[in-house]
Amino acid sequence: MSTALLTDLTIFILALLVGIEVIGKVPATLHTPLMSATNAIHGIVLVGAMLIGVSAHNAVGYVLAFIASFFAGANVVGGYAVTGRMLKMFRKKAVTPAAVPSESGQPELESLNGHKGLRGLLSKVGRVQP
Amino acid sequence: MSGFTGYIQLVYVLVAALFVVGLHLMNSPATARRGNQVALTGMVIAVIATFVLLGHDGTVTATGWTVMIVGALLGSAVGLWAARTVQMTAIPQLVSAFNSVGGGAAALVAIYGYYYAESRGTVLGTTSVFTVLDVLIGSVTFSGSIIAAGKLQGLISGQPIIVKGGRLINVALAVVALGTGAFMFGTASLPAMLILVLASLAFGVMMVLPIGGADMPVVISLLNAFTGTAVAMAGFVIGNWALIVAGALVGASGSILTKLMADAMNRSLTNIIVGGFGTGDSMVAVGPAGDAQVRSIAADDAAIQLAYASKVIIVPGYGLAAAQAQHGVAELAKLLEDRGVEVSYAIHPVAGRMPGHMNVLLAEANVPYPQLREMDEINPEFARTDVALVIGANDVTNPAARRPGNEISGMPILDVDQAKSVIVVKRSMGHGYAGLDNELYYDPKTSMYVADAKKAMAELTAAVKTLVG
Repeated sequence: MSTALLTDLTIFILALLVGIEVIGKVPATLHTPLMSATNAIHGIVLVGAMLIGVSAHNAVGYVLAFIASFFAGANVVGGYAVTGRMLKMFRKKAVTPAAVPSESGQPELESLNGHKGLRGLLSKVGRVQP
Repeated sequence: MSGFTGYIQLVYVLVAALFVVGLHLMNSPATARRGNQVALTGMVIAVIATFVLLGHDGTVTATGWTVMIVGALLGSAVGLWAARTVQMTAIPQLVSAFNSVGGGAAALVAIYGYYYAESRGTVLGTTSVFTVLDVLIGSVTFSGSIIAAGKLQGLISGQPIIVKGGRLINVALAVVALGTGAFMFGTASLPAMLILVLASLAFGVMMVLPIGGADMPVVISLLNAFTGTAVAMAGFVIGNWALIVAGALVGASGSILTKLMADAMNRSLTNIIVGGFGTGDSMVAVGPAGDAQVRSIAADDAAIQLAYASKVIIVPGYGLAAAQAQHGVAELAKLLEDRGVEVSYAIHPVAGRMPGHMNVLLAEANVPYPQLREMDEINPEFARTDVALVIGANDVTNPAARRPGNEISGMPILDVDQAKSVIVVKRSMGHGYAGLDNELYYDPKTSMYVADAKKAMAELTAAVKTLVG
C-alpha cells in the first residue's frame, strides 16, 4: 500500500468521524437546509471535473469534460443559492424579545439587512434590502 | 508531489477546513446563514486554486478550457435559475436533482480517468477499486435520484411501482455490476466499464421505483449519502483531499439523516428498499370499526375553541404542504397570538417530503423558528394544551402506534391525544399512508373539520375575526 493511498484513507476516515460529530449537532429545524448545504458542498466535484479537463485531448474527453463541468456547475451554484434562499427565511422575530438583536423597524425585512461579503453573491437570489 | 502542487494541496486542506466550519455553524438557525457563506467561500477558493493549478500546468488545450468553462457556466446558469424559481414545496425534487448531477459528475470523473489511463494501458489495481466504487455508486445515484425527483414532482406515480420479479432483476443487476467491477481489477477493458455503467444505472432505477412517496425522506437522505460517497471516491481517483473530505462530510450527513428518518418512520432501511407498505395486502383492521362515531365541527365553534384557549399547538402534516396552506396557518396563528393565545407548532421528523421540510415551509410563511418545536421537546406540553389543531397530519398522530400488533406499532408519534381537545382539519376521511384508521378521530374530545387545509384556514381566520372583532 502506497503512502499516498494511506494518507488519503486516513483523511477519509477522519473526515467521516468529524462529519458525524459536527452534523449530529444540527437541529431538526435545519435538516432541509443542511441537506441542501451538503448538496452544495459535494459540488466540489467541479474541481474533479476541471482536473479531468486537463488531460482531455480528443472528442470523447471533451464531451465527458463538458458534461461533468455542466453537472457540477449546476450542483454547486444551485446548491448554494437555494440554501441561502431557504436560510434567509428563518427568522426569530419578536416572540422572544430578549434574544432578538435589535433590528431595524421593519419586521418583514429585518433578516434581509446586513449583507456582507460573499452574501452579496447569494442575495441576488432573493430580494435585497439596500 | 512537486512543490507547487503541494502548495495547492495545502489550499485544498484550508478548503476542507472551511467546509467543516461551515457545517458546524449550521447547528443553530442564528448562525446557519454564516455557515453557508463560509462553505461557499471554501468552494470559491477551491475553484480559484484549481484554475491556478491548471494554468501553472500549462497543458490544458484551448478547447479544453473552452469546454470546461462553457460547461460550468451553462450548468451554473441552470442551477441558479432552478434555485431562484423553485417553490419551497418542491425543494425535495431540487435536492434530488442536485444529488443526481453530483453523482453523475463524480462517476464521469472516474469514467474519464479510466478511459484516459486505459488508452495508455496503465490501469493500476489500487486505482481501480476506487474507480469501480465511484462509477458504481455515482451511476446508481444519478439514475436513482432522477426517478426520486420524478416521483416527487408527480411525473412518475408516487405509488410503489412493483415490477414482476423486480427483486430478481435487482439481484441480477447487482451481480453483473459487482462481477464486472471485480473483472476490471485484473483487466483493463473499456467494454467492461460500459457494462458497469449500464448495470449501475439500471440498478438505480430499479432500486427507487418500488419505493412509495411517503418513504421519500429516507430515500433522498440515502441518495445524498451515496452522492457524498461517490464524490469521496472520485477524490481517491484523482488524489484530491478537498474531494475526499467534502465527500466524507456529505456521506456522514446523509447517513445520519437516513437513520433519523428511518427511525422516525419506525422502518428499517432494508424494509424500505425492499418495499412493502402501501401495497394493499396484509392490512390488518385495527381500531374502532365502522360503528364508532366521529364528531364534526363547524367553523364558528372551532373558532371559539381556538380564540378562548390559552395554549394551542398546531400539528402540520404533508396535507398542509400539499394544499399550500402554510401561509393561511401562519395568519391564523398570528391572529390567535395577538389575542394572547400561546401558539406553537409540533413538527414530526417526517412531516413533509424530506428531513426538516415542514420547518422550511413554515419559515417561508414567516413563522418564527422558536415556535417550531421538535417532537421530543413538545410532547410533554400536550397535556396542558387546550386545543391541538391537526392539519393534514395522520399516521404521526395515531395512538395505535403505542400498541403492538399493527402497521405503525412502535413509530414515535406526537401525543396529540393528551390535549384537552383536538380539532382535526382533513380533506377527506380517507386513510393515511399506512392504510390504518386513525383512532384519534374517534376520541370523544376530537372534532373533525373536513375541508381542504387552505380553505379551512381561511374560514377559521374569518370566523375568529368576526367573533372577537
